[in-house]
Amino acid sequence: MTQAVLDRLTELCPAAIAGTSEFRGELTIIIHAPALLTACRALQSDPALAMDMVIDITAVDRYRAEQRFDVVYHLYSLKHKRYVRLRVPVDADPPAVDSVTGLWPAANWHERETFDMFGITFTGHPDLRRMYMPEEFEHHPLRKDFPTMGIPDSLPLPRR
Amino acid sequence: MGIDNLQGDGFLTTTLDQAIAWARKNSLWPMPMGISCCAIEMMATASPRFDISRFGSEVMRFTPRQCDVMIVAGTVTYKMSTVVRKIYDQMPEPKWVISMGACASSGGMFRSYSVVQGIDQFIPVDVFVAGCPPRPEALLHALIELQKKVQREQTGDKTARNEKIFIPESVS
Repeated sequence: MTQAVLDRLTELCPAAIAGTSEFRGELTIIIHAPALLTACRALQSDPALAMDMVIDITAVDRYRAEQRFDVVYHLYSLKHKRYVRLRVPVDADPPAVDSVTGLWPAANWHERETFDMFGITFTGHPDLRRMYMPEEFEHHPLRKDFPTMGIPDSLPLPRR
Repeated sequence: MGIDNLQGDGFLTTTLDQAIAWARKNSLWPMPMGISCCAIEMMATASPRFDISRFGSEVMRFTPRQCDVMIVAGTVTYKMSTVVRKIYDQMPEPKWVISMGACASSGGMFRSYSVVQGIDQFIPVDVFVAGCPPRPEALLHALIELQKKVQREQTGDKTARNEKIFIPESVS
Protein backbone atom coordinates (compact mmCIF):
# COMPACT_ATOMS: atom_id res chain seq x y z
CA MET A 1 0.00 0.00 0.00
CA THR A 2 2.81 2.44 0.79
CA GLN A 3 4.54 1.45 -2.45
CA ALA A 4 1.58 2.86 -4.43
CA VAL A 5 2.07 6.27 -2.78
CA LEU A 6 5.77 6.27 -3.53
CA ASP A 7 5.30 5.13 -7.12
CA ARG A 8 2.73 7.81 -7.80
CA LEU A 9 4.83 10.58 -6.25
CA THR A 10 7.89 9.44 -8.20
CA GLU A 11 5.77 9.65 -11.34
CA LEU A 12 4.56 13.19 -10.55
CA CYS A 13 7.72 14.87 -9.24
CA PRO A 14 10.80 12.63 -9.38
CA ALA A 15 13.21 15.53 -8.75
CA ALA A 16 11.76 16.22 -5.32
CA ILE A 17 12.53 12.84 -3.80
CA ALA A 18 15.92 12.48 -2.13
CA GLY A 19 15.32 9.07 -0.61
CA THR A 20 12.85 6.85 1.18
CA SER A 21 12.68 4.54 4.14
CA GLU A 22 10.06 2.27 5.58
CA PHE A 23 9.59 1.09 9.13
CA ARG A 24 6.77 -1.23 10.20
CA GLY A 25 4.71 -0.35 7.17
CA GLU A 26 5.17 3.41 7.63
CA LEU A 27 6.57 5.21 4.62
CA THR A 28 8.99 8.11 5.04
CA ILE A 29 9.94 10.15 2.00
CA ILE A 30 12.95 12.47 2.19
CA ILE A 31 12.25 15.61 0.17
CA HIS A 32 14.70 18.23 -1.14
CA ALA A 33 13.84 21.51 0.62
CA PRO A 34 13.48 23.65 -2.54
CA ALA A 35 11.00 21.14 -4.02
CA LEU A 36 8.83 20.89 -0.92
CA LEU A 37 5.90 22.91 -2.26
CA THR A 38 5.86 21.00 -5.56
CA ALA A 39 5.80 17.68 -3.74
CA CYS A 40 3.13 18.83 -1.26
CA ARG A 41 0.93 20.19 -4.02
CA ALA A 42 1.16 16.85 -5.82
CA LEU A 43 0.46 14.90 -2.64
CA GLN A 44 -2.59 17.02 -1.91
CA SER A 45 -4.20 17.46 -5.31
CA ASP A 46 -3.56 14.14 -7.06
CA PRO A 47 -6.67 11.93 -6.66
CA ALA A 48 -4.56 8.81 -6.26
CA LEU A 49 -2.72 10.36 -3.30
CA ALA A 50 -5.26 12.85 -1.86
CA MET A 51 -3.30 13.73 1.29
CA ASP A 52 -5.88 16.17 2.56
CA MET A 53 -5.02 16.36 6.25
CA VAL A 54 -1.99 17.59 8.19
CA ILE A 55 -1.54 15.48 11.30
CA ASP A 56 1.61 17.17 12.59
CA ILE A 57 4.52 19.33 11.56
CA THR A 58 7.60 19.39 13.74
CA ALA A 59 11.38 19.33 13.48
CA VAL A 60 14.42 17.42 14.72
CA ASP A 61 17.70 19.11 15.64
CA ARG A 62 20.42 16.71 14.48
CA TYR A 63 23.09 19.18 15.73
CA ARG A 64 25.53 18.57 12.90
CA ALA A 65 27.44 20.90 10.60
CA GLU A 66 25.38 20.40 7.47
CA GLN A 67 21.64 19.99 7.17
CA ARG A 68 21.28 20.48 10.89
CA PHE A 69 17.49 20.35 11.04
CA ASP A 70 14.96 17.89 9.71
CA VAL A 71 11.49 19.34 9.29
CA VAL A 72 8.99 16.49 9.56
CA TYR A 73 5.49 16.45 8.07
CA HIS A 74 2.87 13.83 8.88
CA LEU A 75 0.12 13.73 6.27
CA TYR A 76 -3.03 11.64 6.12
CA SER A 77 -5.47 10.81 3.37
CA LEU A 78 -9.05 10.57 4.60
CA LYS A 79 -10.04 9.10 1.23
CA HIS A 80 -7.46 6.30 1.10
CA LYS A 81 -7.01 6.03 4.89
CA ARG A 82 -3.22 6.07 4.85
CA TYR A 83 -0.37 8.10 6.25
CA VAL A 84 2.82 9.41 4.76
CA ARG A 85 5.74 11.08 6.50
CA LEU A 86 7.95 13.66 4.81
CA ARG A 87 11.41 14.51 6.07
CA VAL A 88 12.97 17.73 4.78
CA PRO A 89 16.61 18.35 5.73
CA VAL A 90 17.50 22.07 6.01
CA ASP A 91 20.76 23.90 6.65
CA ALA A 92 21.39 25.77 9.86
CA ASP A 93 21.92 29.45 9.11
CA PRO A 94 19.41 30.65 8.58
CA PRO A 95 17.12 27.63 8.63
CA ALA A 96 14.23 28.25 6.27
CA VAL A 97 11.70 26.17 4.41
CA ASP A 98 8.59 27.05 2.41
CA SER A 99 5.32 27.29 4.31
CA VAL A 100 2.56 24.84 3.40
CA THR A 101 -0.14 26.93 5.11
CA GLY A 102 -1.43 27.89 1.65
CA LEU A 103 -2.17 24.23 0.94
CA TRP A 104 -3.37 23.09 4.37
CA PRO A 105 -4.64 25.84 6.70
CA ALA A 106 -4.09 23.42 9.60
CA ALA A 107 -0.35 23.82 9.08
CA ASN A 108 -0.52 27.39 10.41
CA TRP A 109 -0.13 26.70 14.14
CA HIS A 110 2.15 23.68 13.63
CA GLU A 111 4.56 25.88 11.72
CA ARG A 112 4.33 28.59 14.36
CA GLU A 113 5.18 26.01 17.03
CA THR A 114 8.15 24.73 15.05
CA PHE A 115 9.32 28.31 14.50
CA ASP A 116 9.04 29.02 18.24
CA MET A 117 10.85 25.89 19.39
CA PHE A 118 13.52 25.52 16.67
CA GLY A 119 13.77 28.94 15.01
CA ILE A 120 13.00 27.59 11.56
CA THR A 121 11.53 30.27 9.31
CA PHE A 122 8.58 29.19 7.18
CA THR A 123 8.76 31.41 4.11
CA GLY A 124 5.35 32.67 3.05
CA HIS A 125 3.65 31.98 6.38
CA PRO A 126 0.88 34.58 6.90
CA ASP A 127 1.49 35.16 10.63
CA LEU A 128 4.77 33.69 11.85
CA ARG A 129 4.70 34.59 15.56
CA ARG A 130 5.83 32.59 18.57
CA MET A 131 3.35 29.98 19.76
CA TYR A 132 4.32 29.29 23.41
CA MET A 133 7.16 31.50 24.55
CA PRO A 134 6.72 35.24 25.22
CA GLU A 135 7.06 37.50 22.18
CA GLU A 136 10.24 39.15 23.47
CA PHE A 137 12.00 35.83 24.20
CA GLU A 138 15.13 35.54 22.05
CA HIS A 139 15.97 31.84 22.09
CA HIS A 140 14.59 28.59 20.71
CA PRO A 141 14.22 26.08 23.55
CA LEU A 142 14.15 22.76 21.69
CA ARG A 143 17.48 23.37 19.98
CA LYS A 144 20.21 21.06 21.24
CA ASP A 145 22.45 23.98 22.22
CA PHE A 146 19.79 25.48 24.49
CA PRO A 147 20.42 24.58 28.17
CA THR A 148 17.63 22.55 29.82
CA MET A 149 17.29 25.00 32.69
CA GLY A 150 17.12 27.95 30.34
CA ILE A 151 19.21 31.08 30.15
CA PRO A 152 19.16 33.12 33.39
CA ASP A 153 17.02 36.29 33.26
CA SER A 154 15.81 35.53 29.73
CA LEU A 155 12.25 35.12 31.05
CA PRO A 156 10.89 37.92 33.26
CA LEU A 157 9.31 37.20 36.66
CA PRO A 158 6.98 39.64 38.46
CA ARG A 159 8.57 41.72 41.21
CA ARG A 160 8.68 40.01 44.62
CA MET B 1 -24.32 46.52 88.52
CA GLY B 2 -20.65 46.84 87.90
CA ILE B 3 -17.63 45.01 86.53
CA ASP B 4 -18.35 42.10 88.88
CA ASN B 5 -21.34 41.10 86.76
CA LEU B 6 -19.08 40.40 83.76
CA GLN B 7 -17.47 37.49 85.59
CA GLY B 8 -20.76 35.65 85.95
CA ASP B 9 -22.23 32.98 83.68
CA GLY B 10 -22.60 33.85 80.01
CA PHE B 11 -19.67 36.25 79.85
CA LEU B 12 -16.11 35.81 78.75
CA THR B 13 -13.42 38.44 78.95
CA THR B 14 -10.62 38.62 76.42
CA THR B 15 -8.55 41.17 74.54
CA LEU B 16 -9.75 42.64 71.28
CA ASP B 17 -6.70 41.21 69.51
CA GLN B 18 -7.51 37.73 70.72
CA ALA B 19 -11.10 38.03 69.57
CA ILE B 20 -10.12 39.31 66.13
CA ALA B 21 -7.49 36.59 65.74
CA TRP B 22 -10.02 33.95 66.71
CA ALA B 23 -12.50 35.22 64.13
CA ARG B 24 -9.91 35.69 61.44
CA LYS B 25 -8.21 32.33 61.73
CA ASN B 26 -11.47 30.40 61.70
CA SER B 27 -12.71 31.86 58.45
CA LEU B 28 -9.72 31.78 56.14
CA TRP B 29 -11.43 31.91 52.75
CA PRO B 30 -9.23 30.33 50.12
CA MET B 31 -8.53 31.57 46.63
CA PRO B 32 -8.27 28.23 44.81
CA MET B 33 -5.38 28.78 42.42
CA GLY B 34 -5.72 25.29 40.95
CA ILE B 35 -3.43 25.09 37.94
CA SER B 36 -2.71 21.39 37.65
CA CYS B 37 -3.15 17.99 39.29
CA CYS B 38 -2.77 19.25 42.89
CA ALA B 39 -6.09 20.99 42.28
CA ILE B 40 -7.79 17.58 42.24
CA GLU B 41 -6.54 16.92 45.77
CA MET B 42 -7.63 20.43 46.75
CA MET B 43 -11.14 19.61 45.47
CA ALA B 44 -11.03 16.36 47.42
CA THR B 45 -10.15 18.38 50.50
CA ALA B 46 -13.38 20.31 50.02
CA SER B 47 -15.38 17.10 49.58
CA PRO B 48 -17.51 15.62 52.41
CA ARG B 49 -14.92 12.96 53.13
CA PHE B 50 -12.28 15.45 54.27
CA ASP B 51 -14.51 18.49 54.65
CA ILE B 52 -12.43 21.66 54.75
CA SER B 53 -15.49 23.48 56.13
CA ARG B 54 -14.67 21.99 59.54
CA PHE B 55 -11.97 24.68 59.56
CA GLY B 56 -14.07 27.50 58.16
CA SER B 57 -12.43 27.46 54.74
CA GLU B 58 -15.21 26.06 52.60
CA VAL B 59 -15.90 29.32 50.76
CA MET B 60 -13.99 28.60 47.56
CA ARG B 61 -15.11 31.38 45.25
CA PHE B 62 -13.09 32.16 42.18
CA THR B 63 -12.68 35.80 42.99
CA PRO B 64 -9.60 37.14 44.72
CA ARG B 65 -11.48 40.12 46.17
CA GLN B 66 -12.99 38.21 49.07
CA CYS B 67 -10.15 35.81 49.82
CA ASP B 68 -7.68 35.55 52.66
CA VAL B 69 -5.42 32.72 51.59
CA MET B 70 -4.28 31.73 48.13
CA ILE B 71 -3.72 28.01 47.68
CA VAL B 72 -1.32 27.67 44.75
CA ALA B 73 -2.01 24.10 43.68
CA GLY B 74 0.05 23.20 40.66
CA THR B 75 2.94 23.88 38.30
CA VAL B 76 3.60 27.58 37.79
CA THR B 77 5.26 28.40 34.48
CA TYR B 78 6.98 31.69 33.76
CA LYS B 79 4.07 32.64 31.56
CA MET B 80 1.59 31.89 34.35
CA SER B 81 3.64 33.70 37.01
CA THR B 82 2.36 37.15 36.02
CA VAL B 83 -1.22 35.87 36.29
CA VAL B 84 -0.62 34.35 39.75
CA ARG B 85 0.99 37.61 40.88
CA LYS B 86 -1.87 39.70 39.50
CA ILE B 87 -4.46 37.63 41.34
CA TYR B 88 -2.38 37.79 44.51
CA ASP B 89 -2.21 41.58 44.16
CA GLN B 90 -6.01 41.75 43.91
CA MET B 91 -6.53 40.01 47.25
CA PRO B 92 -7.19 42.36 50.17
CA GLU B 93 -4.83 42.53 53.13
CA PRO B 94 -4.20 40.63 55.32
CA LYS B 95 -3.42 37.71 53.03
CA TRP B 96 -1.49 34.49 53.14
CA VAL B 97 -0.21 31.94 50.62
CA ILE B 98 -0.10 28.16 50.80
CA SER B 99 2.27 26.62 48.26
CA MET B 100 0.71 23.21 47.71
CA GLY B 101 2.86 20.40 46.38
CA ALA B 102 6.32 19.91 44.95
CA CYS B 103 5.78 21.89 41.73
CA ALA B 104 4.62 25.12 43.35
CA SER B 105 7.22 24.87 46.11
CA SER B 106 10.29 23.97 44.04
CA GLY B 107 9.39 23.28 40.42
CA GLY B 108 9.03 19.62 41.35
CA MET B 109 9.88 17.18 38.62
CA PHE B 110 9.87 19.96 36.05
CA ARG B 111 13.56 20.89 36.02
CA SER B 112 12.91 22.92 32.92
CA TYR B 113 13.40 26.35 31.36
CA SER B 114 9.67 27.05 31.34
CA VAL B 115 8.79 26.28 34.98
CA VAL B 116 9.44 28.64 37.91
CA GLN B 117 11.57 26.72 40.43
CA GLY B 118 9.50 27.76 43.45
CA ILE B 119 6.79 30.40 43.64
CA ASP B 120 8.54 32.14 46.55
CA GLN B 121 10.65 33.78 43.82
CA PHE B 122 7.78 36.15 43.10
CA ILE B 123 5.23 35.97 45.94
CA PRO B 124 5.74 35.61 49.70
CA VAL B 125 4.80 32.08 50.79
CA ASP B 126 3.67 31.21 54.32
CA VAL B 127 3.23 27.44 54.15
CA PHE B 128 5.00 24.94 51.90
CA VAL B 129 3.34 21.54 51.58
CA ALA B 130 5.41 18.55 50.42
CA GLY B 131 3.96 15.82 48.25
CA CYS B 132 3.25 15.06 44.64
CA PRO B 133 0.39 15.65 45.08
CA PRO B 134 -0.04 16.13 48.84
CA ARG B 135 -2.87 14.15 50.39
CA PRO B 136 -5.91 16.15 51.56
CA GLU B 137 -4.78 15.55 55.15
CA ALA B 138 -1.54 17.38 54.34
CA LEU B 139 -3.44 20.38 53.02
CA LEU B 140 -5.63 20.38 56.13
CA HIS B 141 -2.44 20.16 58.22
CA ALA B 142 -1.15 23.21 56.35
CA LEU B 143 -4.38 25.06 57.04
CA ILE B 144 -4.24 24.24 60.76
CA GLU B 145 -0.63 25.41 60.96
CA LEU B 146 -1.58 28.59 59.11
CA GLN B 147 -4.38 29.18 61.61
CA LYS B 148 -1.86 28.97 64.45
CA LYS B 149 0.36 31.43 62.62
CA VAL B 150 -2.54 33.88 62.11
CA GLN B 151 -3.26 33.67 65.82
CA ARG B 152 0.37 34.39 66.69
CA GLU B 153 0.54 37.33 64.25
CA GLN B 154 -2.55 39.01 65.59
CA THR B 155 -1.50 38.70 69.21
CA GLY B 156 1.66 40.69 68.81
CA ASP B 157 4.26 38.15 67.71
CA LYS B 158 6.27 40.41 65.38
CA THR B 159 8.38 37.57 63.92
CA ALA B 160 5.35 35.50 62.97
CA ARG B 161 4.59 37.36 59.73
CA ASN B 162 7.77 36.24 57.99
CA GLU B 163 7.73 32.74 59.41
CA LYS B 164 7.82 29.88 56.91
CA ILE B 165 6.02 26.68 57.74
CA PHE B 166 7.00 23.38 56.13
CA ILE B 167 4.53 20.51 56.06
CA PRO B 168 6.30 17.17 55.49
CA GLU B 169 4.87 14.47 53.27
CA SER B 170 2.14 12.58 55.09
CA VAL B 171 2.54 8.86 55.63
CA SER B 172 -0.65 6.90 55.15
